[in-house]
Amino acid sequence: MMLSRRAALGLIAAAPATARAEAFAGRYAYDPQSIGPGIWLVRGADEAIAFGNGGAIANAVILACPQGGAVLFDCGPSLRYAQGLAAIAQKLTGGPLRRVFLSHLHPDHALGSAAFDPAIVMALPATRTELQRDGNGFADAMYRILADWMRGTGFSPPGATVTPGPIDVGGRKLVAMALAGHSDGDLVLVDLASGILLAGDLVFHDRAPATPDANLARWRQSLATLAALPARPLVPGHGPFDPAGTAAIAQTLDWLDWLDQALNQAVSQGLDMTEAGALPIPERFASMKLARYELQRSVSHFYAAIEAQRLPRIDDPTP
Amino acid sequence: MLAWALAIPTGAHAAGPADPLRSPMWANHAAWLLGTAPVRFDPAVVVTMPDVTENQHVFPVTVDARALPSVERIVVLMDLNPLPVAVDYAPQGAQGYVSLRIKLDQRTPVRALVLTRDGTWHVAGRWIDAAGGGCSAPPVSRVKGDWAQHLGEMRGQLWREAADTRLRVIVRHPMDTGYVDNIAAYNIETITVTGPDGTALGRMTVNGSVSEDPAFTLLLPPRVAGPVAVHMVDSNGRMFDGKVGP
Repeated sequence: MMLSRRAALGLIAAAPATARAEAFAGRYAYDPQSIGPGIWLVRGADEAIAFGNGGAIANAVILACPQGGAVLFDCGPSLRYAQGLAAIAQKLTGGPLRRVFLSHLHPDHALGSAAFDPAIVMALPATRTELQRDGNGFADAMYRILADWMRGTGFSPPGATVTPGPIDVGGRKLVAMALAGHSDGDLVLVDLASGILLAGDLVFHDRAPATPDANLARWRQSLATLAALPARPLVPGHGPFDPAGTAAIAQTLDWLDWLDQALNQAVSQGLDMTEAGALPIPERFASMKLARYELQRSVSHFYAAIEAQRLPRIDDPTP
Repeated sequence: MLAWALAIPTGAHAAGPADPLRSPMWANHAAWLLGTAPVRFDPAVVVTMPDVTENQHVFPVTVDARALPSVERIVVLMDLNPLPVAVDYAPQGAQGYVSLRIKLDQRTPVRALVLTRDGTWHVAGRWIDAAGGGCSAPPVSRVKGDWAQHLGEMRGQLWREAADTRLRVIVRHPMDTGYVDNIAAYNIETITVTGPDGTALGRMTVNGSVSEDPAFTLLLPPRVAGPVAVHMVDSNGRMFDGKVGP
């Protein structure tokens, strides 16, 4: 009998594998903070996605349902992280997750959906479209950086659509808003029991805003919409809880205004992308983590388009 | 390209100093690019790049060799790229300075090799981490399908500064590497910059590892009156011309 090449390789691999196996020792740490009646914030690290933090950089929120069970707003980067969130929700509320809302498409908030039945995972229509486009690419990129932290995490698209307006999950009353600007679809939830606003990545706090899919004009409009609401305690997508609910919105808007103006001015002065990435960052953003890092990323996202707009044609446009 | 690598015996440049970046390809590249010329790893060459590779298709690099006297050539090299040389720039009348955007196909050293008139190569750079595919994914304008409508559109401006005249030039070009299915290599090959009195200010050889829609900053001598002529030729022999006033 001929042994196939694959089978032979399998035999060779099988024997010493157990002897050489090395268990991955990484473990996510969770520290849920109670921020209101039946609502807990699980903070992400205010860092860039890196092997050292397992990609757990985004905030997630757990809400208890009066009729039992829980709601999760954002679910982290990986299967393992999301399973941990579900276990904590179970411990805090005594019941399983009824619903998982994804605030937007980015992998640090959404790839953990692999841990759940897609039927309970909800996102805005725009987010579902963006995830169809980018979900698998995100998974590739995250495996490259996070390796074993991602084990078992495949892109799992949300199975349900969020409609703006009131939502009742097991007696927990929420109001959903469909905004945009950080991405094409940015979901904001207001929790009526606590009055807390879950802003997703439309609002960053003491951590510089990230712009890979941003439209700055739409983002500013969305922030104006949020600022016009009666002030509520606010959970940003990244950074600490804002109990008064005004500082984080104002800071995010301030950064976006500065960024837009600084990049346009840099193009007008003839700076290259490397020089724009090295621009001085105003003193008032000193408390903001990752300011230089996000400035350099934003230069990459916006610079060529600003140049195409601001620099004059120098060829003879008439053929 | 493989032919060079095979033809060159390893250790051909064994006489040179040890590569501080410990690149597996340095000996080969040094042999075919620099031959037996003296080499110095030299902090006088300042290579500025972002800390993060946000986009491996468009990675900005600035080489500032103005601290060296009489710069004759600046070669931008990515050791582990399939197209390892991005540009070979002779500043002629311009200063030893160039900004550009490159493609990265994997984690690789990115360096500037600067030749001074005394025949010495001054080398500096660092490892850059990058996801794969910078050279093997189709350019945006190919995906959109509008590359031909905008081919050769040139933008630019001159800025008079105290120590130099800054020239920035951007040209629409797909810069196809030849590593994408059914898209042959097609790139800008040469750029020449000429002053108002016909003075040669700079000449650059350009490869497909320069990003789509190439963008350059050159530092021309101070008080260039303009207009400065920019002439480009691509690998199909197509020519593009621009004139930048002061």
